[in-house]
Amino acid sequence: MLTILFDGVAYGMLLFILACGLTVTLGLMNFINLAHGAFAMTGGYVTVVMMNRYGISFYWCLPAAFLITAILGLILERTLYQWLYRADHLDQVLFSIGIVFMAVAGADYFMGGQQQLINLPPELSGRMDVFGVGIGRYRLFTIVICAVLALALQLILSKTRFGSRLRAAVDDRRVAMGLGINVPVVFALTFAFGSGLAGLGGAMGAEILGLEPNFPLKFMIYFLIVVSVGGTSTVSGPFLAAMLLGVADVAGKYYVPAIGPFVIYALMIIMLILRPNGLFSRGAGR
Amino acid sequence: MLKGLLLGVAGLAMTLTNAVPVFAQEVVKVGLILPMTGPFASTGRQVSAGAKAFIAAKGDTAGGKKIELIIRDDGGVADQTRRIAQELVVNEGTKVLAGFGLTPLAMAVAPVATQAKIPTVVMAAGTAAITKASPFITRTSGTLPQYSVPVGTWASQNGIKKVVTLVSDYGPGVDAEKWFTKEFKAKGGEIAEAVRIPLQNPDFAPFLQRVRDAKPDAVFVFLPSGVGSLFMKQFADRGLADAGIKLIATGDVTDDDILNSMGKPAIGTITGHFYATSHDSPENKAYVEAFEKANNKMRPNFMSVGGYDGMALIYNALEKTKGDASGPAFMEAVKGLSWTSPRGPVSIDPETRDIIQNIYIREVKEVNGQLHNVEFQTFSALKDPEKAEAK
Amino acid sequence: MSVLPQDIDMMASHSTAAAHSRADKLMKRRSRIRFYEVVIWLAAIAAYFLLPSKMLILTEIAILALFAVSLDLVLGFAGIVSLGHAAFFGLGAYIAGLVALHYVAEPVTGLVLAGLAAGIFGFLTSFLILRGSDLTRLMTTLGIGLMMAELANQMAWLTGGADGLSGFSLNPIFGLFEFDLFGKTGYVYCLVVLFIGTMIMRRIAFSPFGLSLKAIKSNPMRAGMIAVPARKRIVTIYTIAAAFAGIAGALLAQTTSFVSPDVLAFHRSADVLMVLTIGGTGYLYGGVFGAVLFTLVKDWLSVVTPQYWMFWIGLILVVLVLIGRERLTGWIGYLPERFSKKEDRR
Repeated sequence: MLTILFDGVAYGMLLFILACGLTVTLGLMNFINLAHGAFAMTGGYVTVVMMNRYGISFYWCLPAAFLITAILGLILERTLYQWLYRADHLDQVLFSIGIVFMAVAGADYFMGGQQQLINLPPELSGRMDVFGVGIGRYRLFTIVICAVLALALQLILSKTRFGSRLRAAVDDRRVAMGLGINVPVVFALTFAFGSGLAGLGGAMGAEILGLEPNFPLKFMIYFLIVVSVGGTSTVSGPFLAAMLLGVADVAGKYYVPAIGPFVIYALMIIMLILRPNGLFSRGAGR
Repeated sequence: MLKGLLLGVAGLAMTLTNAVPVFAQEVVKVGLILPMTGPFASTGRQVSAGAKAFIAAKGDTAGGKKIELIIRDDGGVADQTRRIAQELVVNEGTKVLAGFGLTPLAMAVAPVATQAKIPTVVMAAGTAAITKASPFITRTSGTLPQYSVPVGTWASQNGIKKVVTLVSDYGPGVDAEKWFTKEFKAKGGEIAEAVRIPLQNPDFAPFLQRVRDAKPDAVFVFLPSGVGSLFMKQFADRGLADAGIKLIATGDVTDDDILNSMGKPAIGTITGHFYATSHDSPENKAYVEAFEKANNKMRPNFMSVGGYDGMALIYNALEKTKGDASGPAFMEAVKGLSWTSPRGPVSIDPETRDIIQNIYIREVKEVNGQLHNVEFQTFSALKDPEKAEAK
Repeated sequence: MSVLPQDIDMMASHSTAAAHSRADKLMKRRSRIRFYEVVIWLAAIAAYFLLPSKMLILTEIAILALFAVSLDLVLGFAGIVSLGHAAFFGLGAYIAGLVALHYVAEPVTGLVLAGLAAGIFGFLTSFLILRGSDLTRLMTTLGIGLMMAELANQMAWLTGGADGLSGFSLNPIFGLFEFDLFGKTGYVYCLVVLFIGTMIMRRIAFSPFGLSLKAIKSNPMRAGMIAVPARKRIVTIYTIAAAFAGIAGALLAQTTSFVSPDVLAFHRSADVLMVLTIGGTGYLYGGVFGAVLFTLVKDWLSVVTPQYWMFWIGLILVVLVLIGRERLTGWIGYLPERFSKKEDRR
């Protein structure tokens, strides 16, 4: 029972790491970026290449995945994304699906179509028993990283100068510029940060979710579920949503396997009907 | 008004163009329809590489005809497969259809095969019922019942009493579950629980926990190959092996193509299948060497052998008919064909047009620093049990 | 729908009469058959004679076009971004397949029943999309689509599960025209259904009802103030669109005599959205143009590079958006309205 709860939390945390970058771009910058998974995949492949080809330790791979993906995000933002901030949502959807397609084919071309696997350092694999509750070491690691991340994200957004600048830039671009905030730079950095988070999520998720060229398409749905249920205006919303979905999904599959696959979708629809703008909505939706 | 006109015109045009076009007799075109993109792209890659390897090894003539391979991608979507098949037959004058990565893709083509009398060689899809869908379908891969049953036999003979089955929740998975259960129960075993995993499933934790809580001697697994490797890792992580639960599976789970990257957790897994890269025979050595050379060190897996033998079947049948690729003659020639494949001796059952082959029980071991499925027991010349029983 | 001149004469007030005749003119202009429409249909008929070897891909285009046009009702007119339109397409396909397998093998019956079933399902689910933002609707429709796909896989006893529904064959249409291997009957059948379907949808979209939808799309609050019952209108249009999507699905099932679970898959919803946006939204024919363009490009690319065609499609999409979709689809507005008569464009 507790093991299931633990697994659910860990799974939810993983979803959160993957989706929180999207919260940043979608929620704060109001950009429907379906290509989020492509950034996550990049992070995953960075890890795979570094570990399997060059034998670099997993712990170094995580920051590297974050950095490389962030840089990639920055480049793409400067060259392509920035032209689309004011575009239609539909345009953004089309554009980012285009990016996903290119990423899928590109990954296939460079890395091959097969499932990529990584081998974790021994201290992270296996499980231990704590008061009779089986706990996977890697899952515990995921939970810790994720909790730290969620806290940091919340602090950055609400307490730092950058956070308030960003919120100002989002709320009213023109006034923010008038106040001397360099909005393009703020946006570019935010986008890079969001992409980097995706890369980190991809690197961490490779172990549990696997990694192959179709990753961005396969998991796009899950990111979107988390963000839409959680709402896009806070960090805590998606965090709780990811947790809720993770636990519900795992528990549903354990106790009633027959309807297991429906749990997550049904839950999403119910949540969306009850709270159309997310768990903690900031008034009317945009 | 317009509708009436259209229908009238259509009727007229149809009577005018119903004659089948005649094609040059020197070339026999083989249409290879495979998922080259999408989640099953690796199947397409292996099968097409296998088919090409055959042509590279044996030349491009058979029965006095030049063989031309046309490869098309269906992305794993059934209506695309059907349209491409139809186009190949109608526009390109393809004489033989082959490939088909998944059961629904093969099923979608069955009506075309029947209507156009086109010999159709299934090189990968594994549900037993496919060859029943059309009298022009034959198969060179294998059926899930065919290699699930020997795993059941082996388990019951090796001290395994209580098993949990764990399969992907779709056609082939249900097939594997059904036939393993049947064999294992008939030999006195007990199935503690049957768990099915949805196809779109990112995390195995809840299912593995269920297995663990049931405390069986072994867990029998069927999962499509890419998913299988993920499963393997989580299986080890959850400490199921330490809890004394043995992992037995169909060979899809320990796919040779990616077995190496699964690492230590895979070692000791017992599987049943029709082909292993490490199969010890001169034919296979030559095949593996040529294949790895042509494909940038990619290991040939069971799908590639399906492609290779599919071409072998087409060549042999054409030799027998002296180049006649017309449906009825070709299918008559296919029945009872036998040859030595890289996987061992194979033949085509004259009654069901399905393949008869050896099924090997293998254990994953480290050989020269590489992980391999090492064969240690052989069940000779097995037919597909489902169709054998139906008789 | 339109107000007849004699009705106006009978009206007492002069100003209302003037307003009515203005409205009348507007409606007439909007619903006038445009030049390019005639060209499209003529081209579709000509294709039958000129491209006998392309019947199958043309059939696919016709089916996709009907599917996309039905989505345009929802997206282009009511402004609802749906990523789950395949739910209706797939439902229609399964109903048509099941009807042919168990009851009657006459195609038109199956078509009508599939349309009805999808329409009913559309009606029932339409209540879920009344609230929330773009993203909420996107996700709700997506969720419904995914649940349908999972349901089709789970109910293997009815749908054949992942192996698909097969083993049914269809009788000749009206007992006269048999489906042939070359796909000629299939094409004509789909084209006729597409034509009738588009004409019906056109009638709906360019009626006052369609106008009121556009009003809801551009500003729901204002639309409410001029007494447009937004919820009711959305429910209605969603139901109609669902029914036509179901018919498109039924066409696919009937022409291929096979239904696999990927009729419900997510990529189908995404594809149709892409098709429609490539062709342009809000004037119905965008679905047709998009379907022609998308299918031909995709087919060509997948022959040229079977493994990596996705990359080029992606590139095309990105470039398309960066250039601006309007510039590509804007040319429609410059076509002569009807054999170049009057220049009273909006």
